Amino acid sequence: MAANNENGRVVGIDLGTTNSLVAYMEGSTPVVIPGVDGSNLVPSVVALDPVQADGGRPTVTVGNSARQALIETPERVIYSVKRLMGRSLAEARNEQKFFAFRIAEDSEEGPDSNEVPRVQLGELRFTPPEISAYVLRQLKRNAERFFGAPVTQAVITVPAYFNDAQRQATKDAGRMAGLDVLRLVNEPTAAALAYGLDRAKEGTIAVYDLGGGTFDISILKLRDGIFEVRSTNGDTHLGGDDIDNLLLTIALDEIFAEHGVDLRQHPSAVQAMRKAAIDAKIQLSYQPAASFDIELPNGDRYQREIPREVYEDLIQPILERTAGPCKQAMLDAGVLPEQIDEVVLVGGSTRIPAVQQLVENLFHLSARGKKPHTELNPDEVVALGAAVQADILAGSSKATEELLLLDVTPLSLGIEALGGTVAKIIQRNSTIPASATEHFTTGVDGQANVAIHVVQGERELAADCRSLARFDLKGIPPMSAGLPRIEVKFLIDADGILQVSAREQRSGKQAQIEVKPTYGLTDEQVENMILDSFDHAEEDFSKRLLIEARNEADTILSAVERAPRNPAWAQLTAEEKENIETAQTYLVSIKAGEDQNAIREATVALDQATRRFAELMMEAAVSTAIRGKTMETAGEEMGDEIQAPHPMARAEFK
Amino acid sequence: MTMSNAANIPQSATAAATVCWSCSASLKESALFCEQCGKIQPPSGGYFSVFGLEPRLNLDLGMLEHQFHKLSRKLHPDRFGRASEQEKEWSLASSSLLNDAYRTLKDPISRTRHLLRMHGAEIGEEFAGKDKKDPSRAPADLLEEVFELNMQLEELRMGDEDAGLKQSLSEARKKFVALQDEVDDQLRAEWAKWDEGAEFGNDAAREAAQKTMVALLDRRRYLSNLVREVTETLGDS
Repeated sequence: MAANNENGRVVGIDLGTTNSLVAYMEGSTPVVIPGVDGSNLVPSVVALDPVQADGGRPTVTVGNSARQALIETPERVIYSVKRLMGRSLAEARNEQKFFAFRIAEDSEEGPDSNEVPRVQLGELRFTPPEISAYVLRQLKRNAERFFGAPVTQAVITVPAYFNDAQRQATKDAGRMAGLDVLRLVNEPTAAALAYGLDRAKEGTIAVYDLGGGTFDISILKLRDGIFEVRSTNGDTHLGGDDIDNLLLTIALDEIFAEHGVDLRQHPSAVQAMRKAAIDAKIQLSYQPAASFDIELPNGDRYQREIPREVYEDLIQPILERTAGPCKQAMLDAGVLPEQIDEVVLVGGSTRIPAVQQLVENLFHLSARGKKPHTELNPDEVVALGAAVQADILAGSSKATEELLLLDVTPLSLGIEALGGTVAKIIQRNSTIPASATEHFTTGVDGQANVAIHVVQGERELAADCRSLARFDLKGIPPMSAGLPRIEVKFLIDADGILQVSAREQRSGKQAQIEVKPTYGLTDEQVENMILDSFDHAEEDFSKRLLIEARNEADTILSAVERAPRNPAWAQLTAEEKENIETAQTYLVSIKAGEDQNAIREATVALDQATRRFAELMMEAAVSTAIRGKTMETAGEEMGDEIQAPHPMARAEFK
Repeated sequence: MTMSNAANIPQSATAAATVCWSCSASLKESALFCEQCGKIQPPSGGYFSVFGLEPRLNLDLGMLEHQFHKLSRKLHPDRFGRASEQEKEWSLASSSLLNDAYRTLKDPISRTRHLLRMHGAEIGEEFAGKDKKDPSRAPADLLEEVFELNMQLEELRMGDEDAGLKQSLSEARKKFVALQDEVDDQLRAEWAKWDEGAEFGNDAAREAAQKTMVALLDRRRYLSNLVREVTETLGDS
């Protein structure tokens, strides 16, 4: 069994925009590993803890416990960081339209700048891979706590339509978190693995994956345990967020038109309004109507009922945007809708009935008496599939020894030719690993360097594609123009990441090449950002678990100490306060001990005792924000951009 | 994007090893994997020897797929998740060679181009971008129609939205697609001649077939570029 392999377990990780999960294979079934709070989902939220009294470097909180900090210290919190992975500074600035975060002010901009954007949290700055590394480290710890043993190897999922830079950034994050990333797996492909595991399936399936921020469609052929991806397509800027933004914009415009109140001037009110919009969206998946009833700063009420028909008309243009990629994917795979045997739905947004209807139409399902598959929880299915792939990579497991995934590269790879056009050298939807060999020569006598620009994308002009890297073939022996023959090999590996090598053939010399990635961190930078150097030391493991348990206890204790200063405290009953104090005192007393399990249990108990307080605090913050009374400082810190869905949305609206 | 050492990258042009480096058994099923001792081989050989095939134009595609899956199971990097660095490197190089070979051989046109090039034929590049004008000239029998087509395309690009114009363009496209199918049939007929020539060492027959096919491929490329251009201009893929 892989589980008892001397190399330890390999876990599967879904590093999501909104939530992240870690799963493993228990025998022949993939299972999600819950966190300390018992929840399977770890919100992808990272908070920088308050400055330490002793001046030490602040610690970081991740997941559910980081949510509270969103209200207390929003300027020290970031969520949805996946949107920034592998992005340039200019692209990151563009993302600020969609969600709130601060870019470090000293960031340099320029046409040649390949600087990775850094996010300002409190007094410190972090690159997106570093922030993702904190989320990954939390998942790693959850798994280690669950197994009682170190976990150092993982499979991480990425959107199928992620480009080279985004994939590299994800791998970098894994390395910083102390994880050896054995493979990056595309999310829709992982979902197919989770669905295809339990039955010996044959045929052609489509995976429709509409998440919070990205859309992927993949078409696979299943045969004899081989999952062969035929085509993939998608949109890295299409998801449930777009629906939230639309509802929000409509509401804000109506409020301004009907009540003369410009809520856009109050960032925290915008965030609260967005929360109401998400609430309505979720309700409309299960009920025929939803409504807004919100008190405005001038005392008016904004009241609005949204019948499902109206809502569906509104969101139709957004949903329609998934149709194009689906049709292109079928065309590329050379299949007609009737030839798709099964359709699998993945991602929270596929809970919307109108999405399911669209999928039925796109793939002509109803006429054939078929329904899309929704048996597995759309929030968990990707992590479950990642666990299956982890088991395949670990080898020697009966459950998965017959399975093999053959994935493709989502985007064509090309090199910039004369006139700025692109010569494609590896077409999209080529099975990976894939390679191409190109020959280059010189244009001038004695020329010693040749510059090559590698791009990714489908457009004809290099300027319209994603720039991956520029490099120089150096040290070409002096020869007449056109005589040198430099062979460059481009290879896309099984993670979808490009490798390049070159040699001069006439002289037999290996041409020196230095690749400057257009965006991304250097090896040295990644090395310096590795979170814990002691992570690999197995002998320290139990000691580390104890230290972590104490740290978690300290985090919640310091939050509870600050609690009575919050207005929401007054709303608690005497009994509730007493329960909190009892749990607090108990945790303080047990914290100095050596029993990490007892410390953990006491921490969970205190967390549960304070749950209603946390909810009250949220509500208070939201309603006062609507009236524009408090949170001014928070508002200023966050800037006045539209804000993304509140990561608490899920918990709040159940 | 990362760099790797050029020395470790296999050259698909190099001759295939014929015996296993480990057990010296002869490599019949594939140049990349030894059936006898189960060892992965240093990647080498051309696309046909990857599949243990003689270089022929007529291929059993069902067998090719079966062999592709079989070899993928042996060579894919997922099978070497915890193997040594050397084996990982070979697996990456071998499986990319396998994938490149499968992609090239399963498509009849790319297979034909590949094999003829291996035998010294010069075949023009596929359409590779807007500014890369196809150097080949219109086949004589199509000159008139192509001239007419280009005029219509120009009108449409200038903003003429006339429905009759679109109708006529889409009919022209239908005709060119049919001509393309005709070329495919003619190509297939030549495959048999080429294969037979190769099988029995009849170089004259093989070269005659090759010459015909090079011309057919040029014609086909010209037609497919026309179809692509009409489709792009009509915007109705």
